[in-house]
Amino acid sequence: MGIHRGHRARPLEWLAEKFIFLVSLSTILMVFLIFLFVAREALPIFLGQADTALIQKAIPPDQLETLSPAKLQQYLDLTPQQFVTMDRETLKSLMELKQDAQNEIPEKFRNDPDARANTTDWHYLLLPHQWSGYAKPEYIWQPVGQIQKYNIIPLLVGTLKVTLIGLLFAVPLAVGAAIYVSQLARPRVREIVKPTIELLSGIPSVVVGVFALLIMATVLQKIFGYQTRLNAFVAGCALGFAVIPVIFSIAEDALTSVPRAYTQAALALGASRWQTAWQIVLPAALPGVFAATVLGFGRAIGETMIVLMVCSASVMSWNIFDSARSITTTIAAEMAEAVSGGPHYRILFMLGALLFAATFVSNMIGGMVIQRFKLKLEGKR
Amino acid sequence: MNTITPPQYLPDNTSDTTRLTRHFRAEKFDFWSFFFSGLTGLATLFILGILAVILTNIVINGWSAISWHFVSTIPKKDFFDASTTGVLPMIVGTTIRVFVMTIFVIPVGVITAIYLTEYAPNTSIITRVIRAAVNNLAGVPSIVFGLFGLGFFINFVGKNMDALLHNPSAVWGQPALIWAALTLAVMTLPVVIVATEESLKAIPPGLREASLALGATKLETIWRIVLPQALPGIMTGGILAVSRAAGEVAPILFTGVAYYMASLPLHVTDQFMDLGYHVFVLATQSPNIEQTRPILYATVLVLLLLTFALNIVAIIIRARMRKKLRALG
Amino acid sequence: MAEIILPKINLPEAKVTATAGGAPLIAIEQLSLYYGASKALKNISLNLGEKIVTAFIGPSGCGKSTLLRCLNRMNDLIDNVRIEGAIKIGGHEIYNKDVDVIELRKRVGMVFQKSNPFPKSIYENVAYGLRLHGVKNRSALDEAVEQSLQQSALWDEVKDRLHSSALGLSGGQQQRLCIARAIAIKPEIILMDEPASALDPIATTRIEELILNLKKDFTIVIVTHNMQQAARISDETAFFYIGELVEFGPTTKIFTNPAQKRTEDYVTGRFG
Repeated sequence: MGIHRGHRARPLEWLAEKFIFLVSLSTILMVFLIFLFVAREALPIFLGQADTALIQKAIPPDQLETLSPAKLQQYLDLTPQQFVTMDRETLKSLMELKQDAQNEIPEKFRNDPDARANTTDWHYLLLPHQWSGYAKPEYIWQPVGQIQKYNIIPLLVGTLKVTLIGLLFAVPLAVGAAIYVSQLARPRVREIVKPTIELLSGIPSVVVGVFALLIMATVLQKIFGYQTRLNAFVAGCALGFAVIPVIFSIAEDALTSVPRAYTQAALALGASRWQTAWQIVLPAALPGVFAATVLGFGRAIGETMIVLMVCSASVMSWNIFDSARSITTTIAAEMAEAVSGGPHYRILFMLGALLFAATFVSNMIGGMVIQRFKLKLEGKR
Repeated sequence: MNTITPPQYLPDNTSDTTRLTRHFRAEKFDFWSFFFSGLTGLATLFILGILAVILTNIVINGWSAISWHFVSTIPKKDFFDASTTGVLPMIVGTTIRVFVMTIFVIPVGVITAIYLTEYAPNTSIITRVIRAAVNNLAGVPSIVFGLFGLGFFINFVGKNMDALLHNPSAVWGQPALIWAALTLAVMTLPVVIVATEESLKAIPPGLREASLALGATKLETIWRIVLPQALPGIMTGGILAVSRAAGEVAPILFTGVAYYMASLPLHVTDQFMDLGYHVFVLATQSPNIEQTRPILYATVLVLLLLTFALNIVAIIIRARMRKKLRALG
Repeated sequence: MAEIILPKINLPEAKVTATAGGAPLIAIEQLSLYYGASKALKNISLNLGEKIVTAFIGPSGCGKSTLLRCLNRMNDLIDNVRIEGAIKIGGHEIYNKDVDVIELRKRVGMVFQKSNPFPKSIYENVAYGLRLHGVKNRSALDEAVEQSLQQSALWDEVKDRLHSSALGLSGGQQQRLCIARAIAIKPEIILMDEPASALDPIATTRIEELILNLKKDFTIVIVTHNMQQAARISDETAFFYIGELVEFGPTTKIFTNPAQKRTEDYVTGRFG
């Protein structure tokens, strides 16, 4: 009958299957690569190898031989690739340059204790410090000038301010609308409204930013009467708009997937549609709604352009009517001016790595909650 | 004779008929239900209202400033002069980068979706890890993708390519169209995967069984029966990816967009201008906001129209595909 | 208690006795099948003859469809399935490691309970298997398509619209199309899993007539829950009950004078 040939008869098929599998594995690879290469640029900061102290102990060029290659590379702030391409003479002249630079430091810094500080050290990144010329310890992010200040707390505060305002604005609106569209309105309404709100998510964030900058800022200032026209509050509200479709979509799906049986049982007992929605459906869909909020939070934290366009200054303040800089906007705004490979550059990458870690965690949580919610509805738990 | 025992909330002296009709009238006006229902309805209206305001604002303000001259001119360095400015290079830049992106994202996305739907054993750990990875990719902030593009594509792949090709100055190891497109491809991959998976799942398993029973291999079945049926869904994924990518600015900030380019981007290693980025520049760096306002709105309108046009073209192609599938094979 | 007079099932004239074709084409030897831990088929041993119609009957869940799907290894598609024992077709053991499943399925065709024509034209449906096996010549395809459609009694109804969509046919026509599609590649054996259960009585009759015709050229194994159908069209019948083969023999014997009490109870309608 000629049926004997076995798997070996179709090598092309086997090859194609392996290829398909490998391509699919690349998604895992991508996630790893993202984290790897972002963290890689920030590695010196994590390892404490970067040194931004203005006044450093200059090593005389004639001591070139006494230094190990690794130390010399670090002293001269070179990448491994650059270091390898240089010969002794070049290295010696670099050392001379560095020594000269140390001699040219202006008088006022020579006695400044700040000038000796490695500002990329963890203490300076996270704790308040009393810098020369300031009355008390402050958290300052000011990466320009001779003594660069890299405290990231103002950025964290800015991010939190804007994100929380955004969520406070978006969650009630989005969840409320989700309840309305899913439980209270006529089915016909759902067909029209759902895609329309999802249209909102198709508007690029730059466009929302323009709207916030030109219209919202003025309107809100008229309503609330605060000083700074472009502040965290405006940014937060605009951010809320951008996040509403995300939360709405997932929450609405969660509410709609609660089995009709629950709704019908409640209605048959004489409950109003609102009571059914609030007391029966929403509690049942709560994990899904929670996951929607978590994912909205992830989206809000990661939003760049809106806050970039609205806010400009980095101010350490919990006042929502002050300006604010978030992590994302800092990276976006300052990367162009950061010297490639320099400490500012690396700290920006470090911020990126932190951001990635935060959204990674929040996404895992949101994903797991949705998974369990789905299983629960299917009766498998 | 059977009497109906009157419920407690009705007084005893009511007649039988009154009791019966009384049952179905509301006892009192349910205030809170009405209030909260109204509140949620208002929330919905508010959201829709904001959407309407944004769109009308753009159209009203931008329409007057759009002209054929505007969309077909390459501007001089001064963007804020309404008489000489134009957005042609931005249109070209946005379109090309999105187009190059689809070349990469659609094959990888479709193949991964095929693996997840047709081949992956459900209980395998690797399958769950792949799905988790796809979910995570979907949640990464766009600026982190920009950093990834810079740190991986430009500083690693590009620099090494330059080293291998012995280029005297950086050709690949700097911001370029290709790197921006690849970064966007990684960013929109989950969208394509999810859309393709949905369309693959919608195909009834009976078709696959019939093909296999006739002596087709799995690959032949996928190629001849499953994929053709899934094509409209794949196009949907492509449409969504294109819409998303056309409006994104953060990922291209470090990977290829330029403030000003004198000519159109011709080579994959060129930098390019971009509509979204231009909107950002006009909005935040204009010396005279009143004068720039019309140009700004016009650019926004062009961006929206371009995205809209790309969508429409793809939707038409998809509708044609659907019609063809329905008629015959 | 009064004895119940059993109604006589109306049978055509006594058919040719078993194994009219000679040596068994399909030999099932001590076959057991496990879904995970549960045993769905228990030690089945059975010889099926050549160019006759064999029917598998039995109540729901007795394993007849599962056994049928073993014959062309369609059960391989399900996770967690384990086989013990052997099935030999034409002397070759088909669960052997070096058997090419694709080749096997070209020789053993299958028609499913729910008709599943491809969303292509009628012509392309029938030609699908031929194209798979490398037939490209247009006239060869035309001829083969016409022959298959003639053999499945569908030609006259569709000859003028070969290139219209197969999905536009009625249920009965679609099933005949699936049969045409299966026989186009000229398998030796055709497996049919309740082919008429979703069809109305007239369409069912046409399928049954078709099967009686196809018997001349193909060996047919049919699973059916309709006892009368089995009695009408099959030469030999196997009765299954909860994964076991209860009785196997010529159809006339099974229905008029079964050896096992359980068989008698089933064919007379006492259960199932």
